[in-house]
Amino acid sequence: MSANAQMATKYKNNFLKEVEEQVEMGEWVKMCMQCGVCSGSCPTNFHPGWEHPPQEIFMMIRAGKREEVLTSPSMWMCTSCYNCIVRCPRKLPITHIMHGLANYAHRLGVAPKMQPTRSFAKLFWNNCVKTGRVNELKLSVGLYFKDGLSQGIRNGMAMKDVALGLLKAKRLNPFELFGGHKCKDQNGIHAMLKKARELEEKRKALKAAA
Amino acid sequence: MTAIVATNETILVVGGGISGMTAALEAAETGKQVVLVEKTAALGGRTSQLYRYFPKMCHPTCGLEINLRRLKANPRIKVLTLAEVTGITGGSGDYTATVRITPRYVNENCTACGECAKVVSTQVDDQFNYKLGKTKAAYLPNAMAYPQRYVLDASIIGTAEAEKAKAACKYGAIDLDQKEETMQIKAGAVVWATGWQPYDAAKIQPYGYGRFKNVITSVEFERLADPHGPTRGKLLRPSDGKEAKNVAFIQCAGSRDENHLRHCSRFCCMASLKQTHYVHENFPEDGKSTIYYIDIRAIDRFEDFYQKVKADSSVTFTKSKVARISLNEATGNPICHGVDTEGYHRYANEHDLVVLAVGMEPSVKGMSIPASVAADSSGFIEADPLNGGIFGAGCATNALDVNRSVQSATAAALRAVQVVNKVARAEA
Ligand SMILES: Cc1cc2nc3c(=O)[nH]c(=O)nc-3n(C[C@H](O)[C@H](O)[C@H](O)COP(=O)(O)OP(=O)(O)OC[C@H]3O[C@@H](n4cnc5c(N)ncnc54)[C@H](O)[C@@H]3O)c2cc1C
Ligand code: SF4
Ligand code: SF4
Ligand code: SF4
Ligand code: SF4
Repeated sequence: MSANAQMATKYKNNFLKEVEEQVEMGEWVKMCMQCGVCSGSCPTNFHPGWEHPPQEIFMMIRAGKREEVLTSPSMWMCTSCYNCIVRCPRKLPITHIMHGLANYAHRLGVAPKMQPTRSFAKLFWNNCVKTGRVNELKLSVGLYFKDGLSQGIRNGMAMKDVALGLLKAKRLNPFELFGGHKCKDQNGIHAMLKKARELEEKRKALKAAA
Repeated sequence: MTAIVATNETILVVGGGISGMTAALEAAETGKQVVLVEKTAALGGRTSQLYRYFPKMCHPTCGLEINLRRLKANPRIKVLTLAEVTGITGGSGDYTATVRITPRYVNENCTACGECAKVVSTQVDDQFNYKLGKTKAAYLPNAMAYPQRYVLDASIIGTAEAEKAKAACKYGAIDLDQKEETMQIKAGAVVWATGWQPYDAAKIQPYGYGRFKNVITSVEFERLADPHGPTRGKLLRPSDGKEAKNVAFIQCAGSRDENHLRHCSRFCCMASLKQTHYVHENFPEDGKSTIYYIDIRAIDRFEDFYQKVKADSSVTFTKSKVARISLNEATGNPICHGVDTEGYHRYANEHDLVVLAVGMEPSVKGMSIPASVAADSSGFIEADPLNGGIFGAGCATNALDVNRSVQSATAAALRAVQVVNKVARAEA
């Protein structure tokens, strides 16, 4: 059984309980009084990818709309601007719940595959853990080519003036493409991240099994 | 020097709003001696600053007038105005309160003829109208003020203006030598009825109160609607005096909010429902009200009132707490931004005027009452045996409407009467 199916069976129709127990900060969802301040304050609600504002996501969780919530791109749209947290009359940690939900959907393997923030997050992570430093050149190149070669070239051409500007201002080093700068103790970094992941997985497995 | 005879059998009532007046009257009418201490120059409190009050839409004048008549007829109540309690010592059955009296510069001879105001030209902020307008520095606190006595504003004392006023008074009522005085008053029991104050709307930063002229508070809106108010009862907005025909009401402005007041202020849903009447009456043809709300709390018997407003086609209800207000620079119109809960649609609605239904907080918070009393997390006085002979009444104890304030005041008076009865029995 997939991780997703396992969880769905475990919590049967009680998605709110699932969120409370499995999602980081999920226990806050029931505190929402549906006032709408977070949604009205969220800058991403100008964006076409904005399906459900946070307030609606919280209501959907309570209404048991598991599929719709977990596969939604909405929480991936969060820019972590913290406007909602600052204004929420109930002090819900909305930003963190959004990230918690996105992460949970990702772990269960049901997050939208082509969601750009998700691809970027993965790209960024893989990029920075390799050497312990972010290689911005590789990161942008990776991002340009994520939808194939020809689209990548087109993206690159569209950005070439910016790239030239950066080059002139010595903010972009073309040799970064070959290896690039690293932190001194790469093995140390890898060991640390491995340990952190182990602890995290253990904690989450315990939660899931509980 | 003001002379007051007070003993351990006297009941001290602090605050002369509807609650304090009620408590004083109820206690005095059972035969007790009462001293009623009011901080401002006239009795009536915030009720007298309303245009009309729900649920029957009567003018506060009528309710207050009955009380004033009872008060004038009762020799057992001594009223002190411009007086503030600054300290209370002792315990149940034996309190001593320190009262500071600010000079009025006008004595009992005043007939409220108004001659002094005619000759004075200095203008000061009109406190009764929440500073929406100005008043002469020699003024009657409000049209139905009790006592009906003028006040000279302290800012003109020592100037030629004050001398002019004095010269104009045919009754020898102006006394420029009055000084601040402090007196001690004995009391067996204390009724604490200092009422409420509107939450400071400027603290709700995204709403722009103080930055946008056409964003006002509900208490200010009451003054706009009142014929005695700064616009003579016309709903003219502050920025340009244009008629405010399209009015938005934002509920829970500062209430039910962990960043502001935690409690529901209870009366503000009803206040906004009531205020839609003012819009409708002023502009029967094309007046429009929009109420932005989380949920409408028109408790128990007010439900009918709510249903009637709902049936009014000039009133729209939008289930959403407005996230922020911006300004249309060209028109001066405030724009309300948010997402509505019924369908999650984004909106950006322009209005002529926005009224913030501000929350109610105690005007003197539990902790700053000059005696030890128990208070809740919002500063409202709680009933607690440890309070001894000090009893909260009206909005000093909770966010209440007039009706519930009066009930609470009557209860407090009864408790105070019991305390002084005990003292009387012990002394007999
Ligand atoms: C916009 C708005 C509309 C409203 N409309 C209605 C309505 O339609 N119907 C209704 O039933 N209710 C209405 N209310 C509620 C109503 O105003 C209150 O219920 C009422 O004012 C409570 O009276 P109170 O005597 O407890 O307090 P207050 O009216 O606040 O009186 C307290 C008095 O104590 C005095 N005081 C304060 N501190 C001291 C001190 N240290 N020493 C001495 N004196 C002091 C004050 O000067 C004041 O005179 C409305 C409120 C608002 C904000
Ligand atoms: S602001 Fe807070 S209480 Fe209001 S809808 Fe958003 S999460 Fe819920
Ligand atoms: S933190 Fe995320 S959810 Fe909150 S307002 Fe910003 S973008 Fe929207
Ligand atoms: S102070 Fe004198 S002049 Fe002024 S209103 Fe009173 S009686 Fe008239
Ligand atoms: S009475 Fe209405 S407007 Fe006032 S705080 Fe309660 S819910 Fe909000």
